[in-house]
Amino acid sequence: MRIVVNIEKCTGCGLCIDSCPFTSIEIKEDKAFINEYCQLCRACMSVCPEGAIIEISEEGDVFKADISAYKGVWVFAEQREGVIASVAYELLGAGRKLADELKTELSAVLFGSTADEAKELIKCGADKVYHCPDPIFEKFNDEPYSQLLTNLVNGHKPEILLAGATPIGRSFIPRVAARLKTGLTADCTSLEIDSETGNLLQIRPAFGGNIMATILCPNHRPQIATVRPRVMKRGEHNPDRKGEIVSVTDRNLSCRTKVTDTVKEASHCKVNLQEVDIIVSGGRGLGDAKGFEMLEELAELLGGAVGASRAAVDEGWIAYSHQVGQTGKTVCPKIYIACGISGAVQHLVGMQSSDIIIAINKNPEAPIFNVATYGIVGDVNEVVPLLIKKLKEAKA
Amino acid sequence: MNIIVCIKQVPDTAEVRINPATNTLVREGVPSIINPYDLHAIEAALQIREMTGGKVTVITMGPPQAEDALREAISMGVDDVRLVSDRAFAGADTWATSYALYKSIEKLGYNIILCGKQAIDGDTAQVGPEVAEFLNIPHIAYVKKIETVSNESIKVQRLMDEGYDVVESELPVLLTVVKEINTPRLPSLKGKMAAKKAVITKLDLNAIGAEEENVGLKGSPTQVKNIFAPQAKTDRKMLQGSVEEQVDALVQELRGLKCV
Repeated sequence: MRIVVNIEKCTGCGLCIDSCPFTSIEIKEDKAFINEYCQLCRACMSVCPEGAIIEISEEGDVFKADISAYKGVWVFAEQREGVIASVAYELLGAGRKLADELKTELSAVLFGSTADEAKELIKCGADKVYHCPDPIFEKFNDEPYSQLLTNLVNGHKPEILLAGATPIGRSFIPRVAARLKTGLTADCTSLEIDSETGNLLQIRPAFGGNIMATILCPNHRPQIATVRPRVMKRGEHNPDRKGEIVSVTDRNLSCRTKVTDTVKEASHCKVNLQEVDIIVSGGRGLGDAKGFEMLEELAELLGGAVGASRAAVDEGWIAYSHQVGQTGKTVCPKIYIACGISGAVQHLVGMQSSDIIIAINKNPEAPIFNVATYGIVGDVNEVVPLLIKKLKEAKA
Repeated sequence: MNIIVCIKQVPDTAEVRINPATNTLVREGVPSIINPYDLHAIEAALQIREMTGGKVTVITMGPPQAEDALREAISMGVDDVRLVSDRAFAGADTWATSYALYKSIEKLGYNIILCGKQAIDGDTAQVGPEVAEFLNIPHIAYVKKIETVSNESIKVQRLMDEGYDVVESELPVLLTVVKEINTPRLPSLKGKMAAKKAVITKLDLNAIGAEEENVGLKGSPTQVKNIFAPQAKTDRKMLQGSVEEQVDALVQELRGLKCV
């Protein structure tokens, strides 16, 4: 496939130039020209008012694997120290919906842990659990995890495989996708079934989260996605739900890495941002590290914790453990107060599912106001001290 | 010790904005940079070289302009660079990218391969682990500290959700690194001179011995169906009046929410 300009239609307006994320469009002799930097993202096609930018296919473009043999939705249920992580139950919630829509089975895959834990997966929506209690899975090592999951997929051929976008899922699932030669979409925030084709529509932030993208894996199976924790709703818990636990063994698992110690860092993040009801978050608009002292006071007053945007962390004003957003934590507190945060989408994707968002920013056009429940236009260094004062008065 | 660092040239996404009227990225004047995490990978490679001796080779796949990123790497003090570039690679997703990098690295010889944990444009964090699988070597992702390294093995700290794991691996191994691992050095004057003079070795499809059906768009299982701007909330309420009046109104709302 190639993206080309129909020069009969092109008026040389140049709108497409700014739309190209790869600066691959230039104007030559008053017409747009797409050069060899083009990455085929199609961003330019939708902006051309003349419809002059078109896709042309080249021979040998389409490869079709035999995808009809693949059936069923799978969820990889990760465990830590034997306990299934909450993201696994969220995947069951999402996976159940997809399986029902496709009129197929939902299975969970559990490595390590116990049969009792496996039963919980059934109560939360799984029809079947493939469980391998091998002690090799006690600690997380990429190789045995990817070997066994690859073997199971080859044996049972699911059409969809979901895993948590956690340090574990994001580390070993790529090996599975590489080995199976199939597509893997990272860190999805929404999943839907295309009613026409039955393909999985995998929606995720892209380009630093400044835009959203829908990714398809039309000709390969399984369609694999890692899913961001705390975005999907947990599968409903039904103690009477019945299902089958299939015990799995594999004698050929090997491992060249070894976990010699596991260190929990209580001080890594004094308050776990993912568990508090109120977060007061600061961004570049604070101006300096001292701004965070003010936010701490406000957070303390409200009984919450302090978060930060990537900009503030990059400036060195606050530790990375406070970072909210694409490359930091995803949070959904009851109240999120964004102070001096403009709202790059990479930040928004990490907090926009909060129940109530209060935005304080001096720029009324700041994108943070697009997701805000309440907006105050003003300088944070003026608004926040006043807010602290008024809250104290109200409390007194 | 042969150390390979995979880097990517990316648009500085901190500068990318979306035009709400057209739903597209505004890229005008946005500079291209070395992916920030990759700078930490280069620094880690240089530090390993200081401990064990050896050679650091930086490799990137990208359009011809990615040469600038390689020159910047040379200015930091790496020994050699490779530009993997061919029109056939365009439109590659993580599978096809990893395949092309694997074919390029396979011929170079390697003991340790380093990558940034993810690129800030795609944010997938997939290419490192996929390259390791293609090469059939172990990998450790999210490395925040290298504790010890010898010619046979390495011991590192791997960032996890609630702290970190200490992980040992035999060599060869691939590591992806996070920001906490180090502070990347600035280019030296001598390095800048070397960067200016360096002749960049370019590798195309034939040079890396890759099959055409496995690279670029043809080799990519995933496709971008469409891109769009995130949705705005509809129930937002901009508070009105002077700053004091707005704050009063907010305290009132917080009271309603039983926060005060």
